[in-house]
Amino acid sequence: MNEDYRTTESEKLKPPVTSVGVIGWLKGNLFNSWFNSVLTIVTLYFLWITVPSFIRWAFVDSLWISTGAECHQAGGACWSIIPANIRFILFGFFPYESQWRPLLAMILLVGLLYYSQNRNHWKKSLAYAWILGLFIMGLLMKGGLFGLDSVESTQWGGLPLTLLLSVFGLTAAYPLGVVLALGRQSKMPAIKTVCVIYIELIRGVPLITLLFMSSVVFPLFLPEGITVNKILRAQAAIILFTAAYIAEVVRGGLQGMSKGQYEAAESLGLNYHQTMRLVILPQALKIVIPPTVSILISAFKDTSLVVIIALYDILKTTQSVLSDPKWMGFSAEAYIFIALIYFVCCFSMSNYSRRLEKELDRSL
Amino acid sequence: MNDKQPETNEKASSNEAIIEIIDMHKWFGEFHVLNNINLTVQKQERIVICGPSGSGKSTLIRCINRLEEHQRGRIIVDGIELTNDIKNIEKIRMEVGMVFQHFNLFPHLTIVENLALGPIWVRKVPKKEAEETAMHYLEKVHIAEQAKKYPGQLSGGQQQRVAIARSLCMKPNVMLFDEPTSALDPEMVKEVLDVMISLASEGMTMIVVSHEMGFAKSVAHRVLFMDFGRIVEENTPVEFFENPQHERTKLFLSQILH
Repeated sequence: MNEDYRTTESEKLKPPVTSVGVIGWLKGNLFNSWFNSVLTIVTLYFLWITVPSFIRWAFVDSLWISTGAECHQAGGACWSIIPANIRFILFGFFPYESQWRPLLAMILLVGLLYYSQNRNHWKKSLAYAWILGLFIMGLLMKGGLFGLDSVESTQWGGLPLTLLLSVFGLTAAYPLGVVLALGRQSKMPAIKTVCVIYIELIRGVPLITLLFMSSVVFPLFLPEGITVNKILRAQAAIILFTAAYIAEVVRGGLQGMSKGQYEAAESLGLNYHQTMRLVILPQALKIVIPPTVSILISAFKDTSLVVIIALYDILKTTQSVLSDPKWMGFSAEAYIFIALIYFVCCFSMSNYSRRLEKELDRSL
Repeated sequence: MNDKQPETNEKASSNEAIIEIIDMHKWFGEFHVLNNINLTVQKQERIVICGPSGSGKSTLIRCINRLEEHQRGRIIVDGIELTNDIKNIEKIRMEVGMVFQHFNLFPHLTIVENLALGPIWVRKVPKKEAEETAMHYLEKVHIAEQAKKYPGQLSGGQQQRVAIARSLCMKPNVMLFDEPTSALDPEMVKEVLDVMISLASEGMTMIVVSHEMGFAKSVAHRVLFMDFGRIVEENTPVEFFENPQHERTKLFLSQILH
């Protein structure tokens, strides 16, 4: 009887047509008040005037393979600037005939990064793979061995330089930031003071200042005849800068840990290092994945500031192409292309962080 | 209360002191939280400490494994005196197990990893052996089937049993319990007390801060009543409950026993 009552009831009563399906969705989300209705109409009008003209510019009237002169005649986008200059944009002043080497190095780097994403692969063999991979990448970039021509690091540029600065900048800044955060929490006053001063000093200064100092001021302190590679100096500045920000984020995570976790670990007899490494950090670092990734992403984009110390990262190589009279005036196309490269990198970072967070989520 | 009741309320079988607290004082800022504590615990003795909140009972047992530092007097555990010497503190923490009110399991580790962590890193036991020991103690607290789960997936009572097993894995000589059942839902109190009773029947030295008077009656050798940082009264459970000496104790008992 009960059964009966339930089935007939649900068959008879259906929600009103206006509350389900496309109409229901429209009504619920776009036209649920007069204000939202106005907003919807304004937005639709705005899209109506922008999207079709953009599509016409980018895809219909556009030129994909042509010379600069032909582009100047046409009305649409001149994507030809990219295929025509791709090798300079990507590799800068790296000797033309050897540009397969940075390409191979990048493929190797991206491959290793991709393989390392999966935490099941985190074994000793992976560490060896990285050491070997780094050696091969260095060899490919630098040359001078096994019949490869030697290439000065002043000739490095483009995407390999951007990846070099960011991948090693971020991987070195992260552990340094964690150490600084722990130092700031330390009960030993000397260590604590040093860490606080470091973090506050670095955070109080723009990255550009640090880069300038690394390129202009720092060499003044070196004894005569000793020079430190310019890329290395910029790299150090990026690491020191990013580490200070990561330290503060990690400190937030450490403060979010309950006292009980420390006490439980201590009462088992774990010492400070074991407590931190085995109990506190795994939890604290997990909590701060989202803000950490924000910092890493912004640090990745900030590597483009190295243009001010005349390093040719991918943004600078693009700008150089744009100053070529043949291609002048097509900056929108070139910058869209660069933006896409940056977007792919940043998006995969945030994607990975989301996956990592899900994987590590134990608090049901 | 339980069929496998130990040789309850008899004198502790051995006459060897395992914990000695002499003239111990502690302050939190200006607040005199522990005032002239003298306590000797024999091997295999079981002591229940009760008292109103803020009376210093938790602080007292937290001093024994140095989660809190005492400022005057001496604490000697298993022949080792607690000083600022970090080596001594670590040695004592290996000998003394502690169970907390809020379990404090490590949420990022599975149950069996929680149990094996201490033995592997502190006692340097090989991983495989540590996990076997862990499974042994999980069986003892009737929870072996949950070994691969994470703490967040267990009920409060189960988590507290895991916490007890985690302490036992370190093979301690003394177990401290800091209100082990007061954060539990009522229907889970018994499963935890049963584990503690069976632990008592095996001769574990136990100091329990608790208001579970049934447990105190059936298991304790001595009951201590604390108030304002002092041990006000100390007696066998029978005497303590039936014939309390101090007015303060009488008032307290009348309030918790209704």
